[in-house]
Amino acid sequence: MNARRLRASLRGWGGVGAMAVVCALAAVFALLLPVTQSRGNDAEDLAGQGTATGDQIRAPKCTDPEKQSLSPSSGDQDGKTVQKIKKRGYLIIGVDQNSYRFGYRDPNSESDDAELEGFDIDLAHEIADKIVGAKPNNVRFRAIPTDQRIPAIQDEKVDMVVRTMTINCDRLKQVAFSSPYFETGQQVLAPKKSGITGLDKSLAKKRICTAKGSTAWDSLDAAEKDGALPASADFRDRTVPNQLDCLVRLQLGEADAVVTDGALAASQAAQDPTVGLKGEPFTDEFYGVAMKKGADDLVRRVNQILVDYRKDGWRTSYDKWLAESLGESSGPPPVQYK
Amino acid sequence: MTYQQQSTAAPPQGQAGASPAIPPQAPPPGPQGRAGGPDGGPPRRTAWAEGVDRLRAGATTEPGRLRIIGAVLAVLVVAFGAVTAWEMTERSAAADDVLHSSQPLSADAADIYRSLADANTAASSGFLAGGQEPAKTRQRYEDDISLAADKLVTAAANSEPGSTSAKTITDLNKMLPEYKGLVERARANNRQGYPLGGAYLRYANAKMQIMLEDAERLYTVENQRLRSDYDDATPYPWIAIGAGAVAIGGLVWAQRRNYRRTNRVLNHGMVAATAATTVVLLWLVVGHTVARAGLNDSYDHGVRSMNTLNDARLASLKARSNENLTLVSRGAETKDVVTEAGKQTVDTFDYDFEVQMKDLTKKLAAAADLADDSTGVKPVEAATGNMKVWKQRHAEAREQDQLGNYQGALARVIGSKADKPTGECFDNVETNLKAALTHERAEFEQAAGDGRGAMNGLVVGAAVLAVLAAAGAVLGIGRRLSEYR
Repeated sequence: MNARRLRASLRGWGGVGAMAVVCALAAVFALLLPVTQSRGNDAEDLAGQGTATGDQIRAPKCTDPEKQSLSPSSGDQDGKTVQKIKKRGYLIIGVDQNSYRFGYRDPNSESDDAELEGFDIDLAHEIADKIVGAKPNNVRFRAIPTDQRIPAIQDEKVDMVVRTMTINCDRLKQVAFSSPYFETGQQVLAPKKSGITGLDKSLAKKRICTAKGSTAWDSLDAAEKDGALPASADFRDRTVPNQLDCLVRLQLGEADAVVTDGALAASQAAQDPTVGLKGEPFTDEFYGVAMKKGADDLVRRVNQILVDYRKDGWRTSYDKWLAESLGESSGPPPVQYK
Repeated sequence: MTYQQQSTAAPPQGQAGASPAIPPQAPPPGPQGRAGGPDGGPPRRTAWAEGVDRLRAGATTEPGRLRIIGAVLAVLVVAFGAVTAWEMTERSAAADDVLHSSQPLSADAADIYRSLADANTAASSGFLAGGQEPAKTRQRYEDDISLAADKLVTAAANSEPGSTSAKTITDLNKMLPEYKGLVERARANNRQGYPLGGAYLRYANAKMQIMLEDAERLYTVENQRLRSDYDDATPYPWIAIGAGAVAIGGLVWAQRRNYRRTNRVLNHGMVAATAATTVVLLWLVVGHTVARAGLNDSYDHGVRSMNTLNDARLASLKARSNENLTLVSRGAETKDVVTEAGKQTVDTFDYDFEVQMKDLTKKLAAAADLADDSTGVKPVEAATGNMKVWKQRHAEAREQDQLGNYQGALARVIGSKADKPTGECFDNVETNLKAALTHERAEFEQAAGDGRGAMNGLVVGAAVLAVLAAAGAVLGIGRRLSEYR
């Protein structure tokens, strides 16, 4: 169990980097062990905390946010919330219409209803088919801006949000998440011919574009303080309203590199063959389906659907939309419940 | 009759006093003046002092006085004519500018502003229709861009080098191809089916907003120039009127003096001079009053209406392009707005749409107030009706979009007639405002043309009549003077 968890958490890290982190953390734990033991935690939990990419430094009470979801078997899957949706006859899902390959609308679609399509949309359809039943018009998609995802759930404008939404501790306080369905991390995107190699010295004096109020900006801020990002990198006043606007700036030569999460970076790369992902993701994030806090039956139900979807459906959808720009996948992220 | 009776008493005095004095006094001026030369040889007197002396000496004899009076009258009348010609040249030149220069330039600036906003609207409409945009929308976009480019050339030719207008025009000339490039990129990406196209279109729109600010500034400057031409054309020519009054006063006084001394009622030359001067003065006052009324009317009922209608048209264009962009951006841009209910996050374009619609409502109401006849009121009322339907349909489209029925929302914005799209309402508003503008422009040209016409010939007429009047005065005095030879 412990070994599997470690392996999962180590995914995406350079072997050497992980070793160094583990060594350093082991040393810290050795020093802290007598103190933390008084809280009654056992050693296993501590090891788990230690590998959670330093999150414990900023939010000591919340670790591994992707592992906080309810197990499908932990209770009712057909409670008040699910009943209400079934009675209504359709599911309302908040989605993105601008993320190529995740959730977007093909402007040249011949069909009258010009449906949305992408990896997120496939999953949304799957959830609707399983909850409401496979029939036409069993789902209504509502395009919501990034910063409206949480309010839309809280105000019950949507039943859930399937919109490249990262599970994190702050959001867990406001909404409930399903188990993770996709793993990604902040990544650097730059023209293939540029000398930029990732989050390192090659970004010195470069103009880096990020979306306003995004995790990308926060992670760059942190990386600059860590020294991972040269102080001469220019990103503070280069934010744009939407991550896709960064590709516009990049193409127009108004920015040298873009930082966004790997999935969206891949979505951008898919729209421009001359840009590519540079270096490895430098954070570890998971996408989850967001639902209203307290709608436990719906969360369990969605988690059940995800269990099946991971076995059948996930890979087909990945290969269809993402394999081209993200490469072969080793499969969906591992799942662990609260 | 009464004059003659009264005058019988006066002449003897005048004649008695004047006639004996003539023979001895008439010769002295000449010899005295000539004698002054050799006399003044050694002390070297200035020409001025000499002239004053001669004048003083002249003023002591009647022919001398008459000569002075004649000269003064001639100067007064000619000065009146000159001042009239000068003041009216200025005014009629300003009125000419209103009609043939500043108003057309102001209209050009409005055209630049409007065609840019229209191009942006057409670009977003075409974009919404999909990768293969309708030929009609594309044509409209191209026409707008080339109209804007043409008008910018005219505006550049008419701006003073180094002025802020010239700089604004240069900026606009620089940004226009940039904007076009962004729109083409948006189109290319949209054709490929990439959401990136929408991002480019939003960027192009952001650039256009900067251009529209510049175009608005240009429009404001041109409007100010128009206003200042009006201000130069309409004030009463007080100096000329004053000079006219003085000249007539002088002529009357001279005639009265003449009458008192000679008991002759009419001096033909002087009467002609007075008549001509009076005609010029009346022509000046009446002509200018008529011109002023025409010009003021053209401003109040033409220019102000046109400005308001232009503003309404721009608000409608901006609202339309924001309506389109709401669907293009699909929630990609939001902004925080502080309302009574507290801070709210709203869709940038939907919010801007509402702002522009409010502006349109206001401007249409103002235009209806300004329209002064039924031909002017009708299209404005029709546009107001169209706008109300537009608001209703927009609400329906938004509702569909909120419900997740994007296709339904799209149909209600750019769909065919059967879908009852808001585009139809926008087109109707546009057509009606255009009709109203054409009407107001005709009204402006009529009124301003009439006003300008009332100044016609005044300058030349004043000059000619003033010369005639001066000649009359001199001849009249000359006739009196000849009696002393």
